[in-house]
Amino acid sequence: MWHILRQIVRTGSVTEPLPATASATAAADAAAAHRIQREILDILGQALTIRQVDAGSCNGCELEIHAVNNPVYNLEGLGIKFVASPRHADLLLVTGPVSRHMEEALRRTYDATPEPRLVVAVGDCGCDGGVFGESYASCGRVANVIPVDAVIPGCPPPPLDILRGILGAVRHRRLKQRGG
Amino acid sequence: MLLSLSGLNAQRLPAPLPVWHASTDALGWAQVARAAAESGARLVSMWGVDRHACEAGAAGHVACAAFALPEGLLWLELPLQANAATFPDLAQLFPAAGRMQRAMADLSGLRAHGHPDHRPWLDHGVWTGRPPLQQGEPPAPTGTLPADYAFVRVQGEGVHEIAVGPVHAGIIEPGHFRFSVVGEKVLKLEQHLGYVHKGIERRFTELPPRQAHRLAGRISGDSTVAYAWAYAMALESAWRTAVPERALWLRALMLERERVANHLGDLGALGNDAALGFGLAQFSRLREDWQRRSGEAFGHRFMMDAVVPGGVAADLAAGQAEAIARQCDLIELQVRRLRQVYDEHAGLQDRFMTTGRVLPELALRLGLTGLAGRASGQARDLRCDQPWPPYDRLQPRRAGSDTGDVAARVAVRFDEVFESLRLIRELCAALPAGAVHADPAAPAADAQGAGWVEGWRGEVLVALETTADGRIRRCHAHDPSWQNWPVLEHAIMGNIVPDFPLINKSFNLSYSGHDL
Repeated sequence: MWHILRQIVRTGSVTEPLPATASATAAADAAAAHRIQREILDILGQALTIRQVDAGSCNGCELEIHAVNNPVYNLEGLGIKFVASPRHADLLLVTGPVSRHMEEALRRTYDATPEPRLVVAVGDCGCDGGVFGESYASCGRVANVIPVDAVIPGCPPPPLDILRGILGAVRHRRLKQRGG
Repeated sequence: MLLSLSGLNAQRLPAPLPVWHASTDALGWAQVARAAAESGARLVSMWGVDRHACEAGAAGHVACAAFALPEGLLWLELPLQANAATFPDLAQLFPAAGRMQRAMADLSGLRAHGHPDHRPWLDHGVWTGRPPLQQGEPPAPTGTLPADYAFVRVQGEGVHEIAVGPVHAGIIEPGHFRFSVVGEKVLKLEQHLGYVHKGIERRFTELPPRQAHRLAGRISGDSTVAYAWAYAMALESAWRTAVPERALWLRALMLERERVANHLGDLGALGNDAALGFGLAQFSRLREDWQRRSGEAFGHRFMMDAVVPGGVAADLAAGQAEAIARQCDLIELQVRRLRQVYDEHAGLQDRFMTTGRVLPELALRLGLTGLAGRASGQARDLRCDQPWPPYDRLQPRRAGSDTGDVAARVAVRFDEVFESLRLIRELCAALPAGAVHADPAAPAADAQGAGWVEGWRGEVLVALETTADGRIRRCHAHDPSWQNWPVLEHAIMGNIVPDFPLINKSFNLSYSGHDL
């Protein structure tokens, strides 16, 4: 226990400010992350729950989605949380070219998500099929299978881009609500 | 001694690791497999090739198997009769062959005779037409729902099933697990995979060989360097390209960085799965620092597309080698502290020890490979067994354990992190000068090559055939997860359901790399 406490104290908060060892690029990243975090809070003013669905990715996007949850980006600190069931989710974060084998599972996950729901396609494959394209085994982009509200290109998109993409989708929802 | 079997006539391919190629008949196929099994060799991979429409006299369908012998890799080919696309079953000798052979039937239309399991594996019944890896028109999607899979049912009083997936309750790849349980205790686990099959091997044949490393680097994103290197090695071997020494050192630098990145991620996740959130927070911040450094040094946080045929995409900028070595010192200090926390944490050790146990005897019989194999007494690591440049200059030390439980797989990860940090520092200190790329030139004839690399999860194999007009005829990519997924079914037996996430994570197998 003593070692754990000492390590926690030694580490401090890495979300803000940055560790002294970080480089100029890392410092710029952190400043941008902070701005985005504020904006999400301003727009949303409430918790957002996300269900991630891997519909055929190479698992690269999953690694960066995990990174969004690390203490440096600290997504949960904003009240944005990944949940285990689509029935608890406001937003589906979908990766991959959609494999034919996952097509039905993705549709059912979408149908199980309560309205108003948002869908964000993550990664080049989710946006346009990427290097895998469309084939006997791949449906290509996510929008070929379910309606998509926002896309986050990149292979894989770095955590900050994923944060920005989620923000864009939340903005989109606000516009939809105003429109409705 | 296996290579000297009468009539085998194995030819060495020009590759940095010893790779031998031989063609045989059905009798020789069975003989070699038996001799390999008796001598303790491993079955690395199996795949089918369609050589119809090649030069006159060439065989049509060919079954291939790759064995790891003490002398190196033996790539054995069996040309098949035109009217009977079957080959002798290898699963009796090598249980890991079972699923590989079912995948060959699905993708290439070649069947193992003598094997009782005829259920499709990667084909879920949503396309129709010729098998996708046969030449000609690709199969057409049927637009129907996936077919039901015939799970083996466990009967008896109080037995019930828990069905999990394909969409899992976390940020994980999709697959289906069917547990048969009594109370909390797991009697049997049966996996059904193939959900992320996206036609990678067919896609390879549509890409120019010089650009297909991008696809190879996306077979399993967490092993992008290992696959890109294996693909590049296969192409350089087929096309006899000499790669500059500096490029090889930079590739090794990246491969070790990939190993450390994944081990850091897994060590955090394993702590978390045993209810120590502190571990996840600590290791994920270290991993973030690590990936940022990779991004600065190689232009991509996972170093995707940094290994290219003929060398690497870009040289290190001035000062990066020193910065990388400095970061190794910082990370090592932190990981040593965290290891002490893990080792002394009674709750954590209680969850880790004796959980998900695979004893060395079972590991040997089932062919458990890579990191998980080393944690179960399988002392195999290509970097040590067949040290190819630059590993021949570094003398990597192999980690290992005989206990085969979650704790052993955690300990091997810690040991491998420290060893990789040492290797990275050595690579940075003695990086040779010179060019980092040589353009591979296509030969005016059909060519074959193999790439064989010890990725963080285990050995990755790429077997490549290019045509005289400069296309890819066949590119087979093999992930060590093929061997290890079936062993996970054994590791969970007798454990309780809540320990499955922990056991599963301790193997951390690839779905995408397996499903292709």
